[in-house]
Amino acid sequence: MAELSVHSPTSDIRADYMDLTRRKRVYNGVLLAIFVALMVAGFITADDRNAGGFWDGLHRLFDFPAEVLGEASEKLSELPAHFVTFFPSLIETVNIAGAATLLGALCAIVLSMLSTRGLARWPRMIPVFRRAMDIMRALPEIVVALVLIFVLGGGPVPAMIAIALHTSGALGKMFSEVNENASLKPVEGLQSVGASWSQRMILGVMPQVAPNYLSYALLRFEINIRASAILGFVGAGGIGYDLKNAMSWGQGQYDEAAAIFLLLFGTIVVVDQISSALRNRLTHGARLEATL
Amino acid sequence: MLKIDKLTKAFGANKAVDSVSLDFDRPMMIGIIGASGAGKSTLLRMLNRLENATSGSITFDGRDVTALHGADKRRWQRDCAMIFQQFNLVPRMDVVSNVLHGTLNRRSTLATMFNLYPSEDIHRAIDILDRLGIAGHAAKRAEALSGGQQQRVAIARAIMQDPQIVLADEPIASLDPMNAQIVMDDLRRIHDEDGRMVIANLHTLDTARRYCDRVVGMRAGRVVFDGTPEQLTTGVARDIYGADASFSEAATSTSIDALNAATSTPVPVA
Repeated sequence: MAELSVHSPTSDIRADYMDLTRRKRVYNGVLLAIFVALMVAGFITADDRNAGGFWDGLHRLFDFPAEVLGEASEKLSELPAHFVTFFPSLIETVNIAGAATLLGALCAIVLSMLSTRGLARWPRMIPVFRRAMDIMRALPEIVVALVLIFVLGGGPVPAMIAIALHTSGALGKMFSEVNENASLKPVEGLQSVGASWSQRMILGVMPQVAPNYLSYALLRFEINIRASAILGFVGAGGIGYDLKNAMSWGQGQYDEAAAIFLLLFGTIVVVDQISSALRNRLTHGARLEATL
Repeated sequence: MLKIDKLTKAFGANKAVDSVSLDFDRPMMIGIIGASGAGKSTLLRMLNRLENATSGSITFDGRDVTALHGADKRRWQRDCAMIFQQFNLVPRMDVVSNVLHGTLNRRSTLATMFNLYPSEDIHRAIDILDRLGIAGHAAKRAEALSGGQQQRVAIARAIMQDPQIVLADEPIASLDPMNAQIVMDDLRRIHDEDGRMVIANLHTLDTARRYCDRVVGMRAGRVVFDGTPEQLTTGVARDIYGADASFSEAATSTSIDALNAATSTPVPVA
C-alpha cells in the first residue's frame, strides 16, 4: 500500500489528500455543531430548573461584593486591627495546608513510582495503586474531614489528614504523568551496576523529575490553603471558622470578612511569588550544571 | 542586498557574536563554518529575528531588519525561512499540514485553527513535496518519517514561505551521509533554480567546499575567514578551528568519497 502510493503520480496524491481534508473538515464541522447545540441545550435546561432565573439574577451578581466593599471602605481604619486579630488563625490554616501538602506529596511520590509503567516495583499491581489513588481523589475532603472530626473531635489534625489524603491521590496522578516522560536510560544504567529499586528511583528518576514535582506540589499547596480555609467552616479551626462567623452574622461584620479575604489573597500572592522564585532557582541551577 | 554591520550578541559578559560585519550583494549559497560555540547559530537566529541583537544592524534591500517589531517582524520572518538541525516540525501533524505552516503569516488564526487552507495552497504544498521526492508520504504524520525525510519536509515548509533568504542551521548534522547529500543537493537547487539566497551553518569542510559559492569562517564570535571555497585550505581551516598540525579533515569526514582518501592513513585509537 505504502509502496503503491509512493509511486503514484502527483495528481492521485492531490486527489487523495483533498478527499482526506474534505472528510476532516466535515467531521470538524459536525463536531462543532454538536458542541454548540449541547452547550445551548444544556444552558436552557439549567436555566429552566433554576429557581430564580439566570437573566433576572444576573444584574444582582455584584450586590454582595459591593455590600462587603462598601462596608469595608466605611470602616477602613479598623482593617489593620482585624489583620492582627486574624493573623494567628491564618497561620493555623497555612500550617494545616503545609503539613498536608508535605505528607501528601511524600505519599504521592511513592504511589506514583509504584503506578508508572516501566518504573513500577510490581508491574501487576499498577491497577491496584491507580484505583487506590482514584478513591483518594474521588472522596471530597469535606466528607473525610467531617467523618474524622466526628471520630477524633474538632481541630486541625483531622483537617490535615483529610487534605493529605486528597493530595496524595491528586499529586500521585500528576507525578506519575511526569514519571512517564522521564528517560529510562539512567534507570537502566543504575540497574546495570546492581542498584536496588529504591536506589534506582531515588538516584535515577528523582533528579529528572524533581523540578516538575516541586512546581506541582507548590500549586497543590496553594489549592490546599483554600481547602483548609473551607474546612474551617465545618469545625477544623483556622481562618475559615472566623470567616464563617463574620459572614453568618451578616451586615455589620463585613469589614471582618473583607479583612479575611484580603489576608487569604495576600497569602496566595506570597506563596505564588515564593514558588516561582524557587522554581527559577531549581531550573537555573540545573542549567548551570549542564553547561559545566 | 544583505548587509550585516557590527552585529553583536552578548549573553551577560560573554559575547556569542562579536561585531560581525558581512556584505552579500547578490543571492548566492553561503556556508558558515566554525567550531561549536563559535556563534554560527546565534548569527542565523538573529538574522531570522528569533534572537534580538545586542547592538549592530542587519539591512536587507535598504530596510533595517533589526528595528522591526510585531507584524513587520513576522513579515520579515516569512521572507527569511529557517531550517533547523532537529527539523522542528510539529510531530503529530501530517506532512502536508506541516508544509502549509509556511503560509501561516498570510492566513488568519481562526482559519488555520480549523485547518481551512485554500485548495491552491494544498496543491502547491504537494507539488513542492513532489519536487523534493517525498509526495508519497503526504498524508503521514511527520513523526513517522525518517530524519532525512523530515528535513526535506522542513525544506518544503521553507519553500512554501516563498522566502528571499533560506537560513539552514546545521541542516545535515543529524543525518547519515546519504541523506546529508540529498538535503544539500536540495538546498543547492533552491539557490540554482529559484534564485534564493541560502546561508547554511556547516560542520563539514568538504560540504562547504563542494556546495557553497562563498565560505565564512567564525571563531569565538568573530569572522576570521571570508572567501571562496578554493581559498579554504587546510591551513586556514586549522586557524578557524584553533587546531594544531594533527588536524585532519579526512579523519572525521562524513562524505562517502572521503573514504578512499582516508583508508591509507588509519586513525590511531587512544
